[in-house]
Amino acid sequence: MITFKEYDASLSSRYDKDTKNKITTAKVAVAGLGGLGSNIAIFLARAGVGHLHLVDFDKVDITNLNRQQYDINDIGTFKTTALSEKIKRFNPFIKITTDNAMVTEENVKDIFSSYPIICEAFDKAENKAMLVNCILSEFRDTKIVSASGMAGLYSPNIIITRKINDRFYLCGDTKNEIDTNIPLFAPRVALCAAHQATTVLQIITGKEEI
Amino acid sequence: MIILNGESCEKTDTLLALLNEKNYRTDRIAVEINGVIIKKADYEKTTLNDGDKIEVVSFVGGG
Repeated sequence: MITFKEYDASLSSRYDKDTKNKITTAKVAVAGLGGLGSNIAIFLARAGVGHLHLVDFDKVDITNLNRQQYDINDIGTFKTTALSEKIKRFNPFIKITTDNAMVTEENVKDIFSSYPIICEAFDKAENKAMLVNCILSEFRDTKIVSASGMAGLYSPNIIITRKINDRFYLCGDTKNEIDTNIPLFAPRVALCAAHQATTVLQIITGKEEI
Repeated sequence: MIILNGESCEKTDTLLALLNEKNYRTDRIAVEINGVIIKKADYEKTTLNDGDKIEVVSFVGGG
């Protein structure tokens, strides 16, 4: 086990004081803990984000193992629980809160109102649209980093981040949808998740370069 | 004329008419007019004006 002092010193060795302060006091919610969300949460936790709120109603299934950050021992466990435990193994001092909930228009405010940055990491297009619409119309300052288009083995170079407006960022290739003939592959989904996590860290540190 | 996703096109009476004409699936999109997000419930009653800048973001499945 490492001590908080050792962990804190490791952050100080990497970040200047201002960057470290911004990252360790940041609060980010991740909506959906599948191929995108499980990777985003791990990226942000490794970077040192102080508080993650993990949201997913589902339990780990064997069909998740091709691209999501779970293993055989996690099957049948809530994704919130499995992912929290995984993160604590490399960042024991992070604050993680969870909601085992299906996100709907009715509960968006309850679940997300405390978080200034939200990652949309759902799999269904309708749920993505619902969350983005709710966040942009119901909240005033909250920023949302969403993803659309990462299926198949199309060029990784067409996965990009676009700033739609001051509060809405969209990562992905915007067109390649999951289909029976176009499955999701771990590296291309993780690439999109990496875009989202990088964008979140840019927002947190005020170093936006999109 | 209006500007839809950066390109000029003919104005329709309402936002919903435009979205239908362009074959957008209204449950998979987010729409901004002149930088203001429009709620889904308001698509039908939102009228368009010449010169409006409309951004429609479409979502596809996968994650």
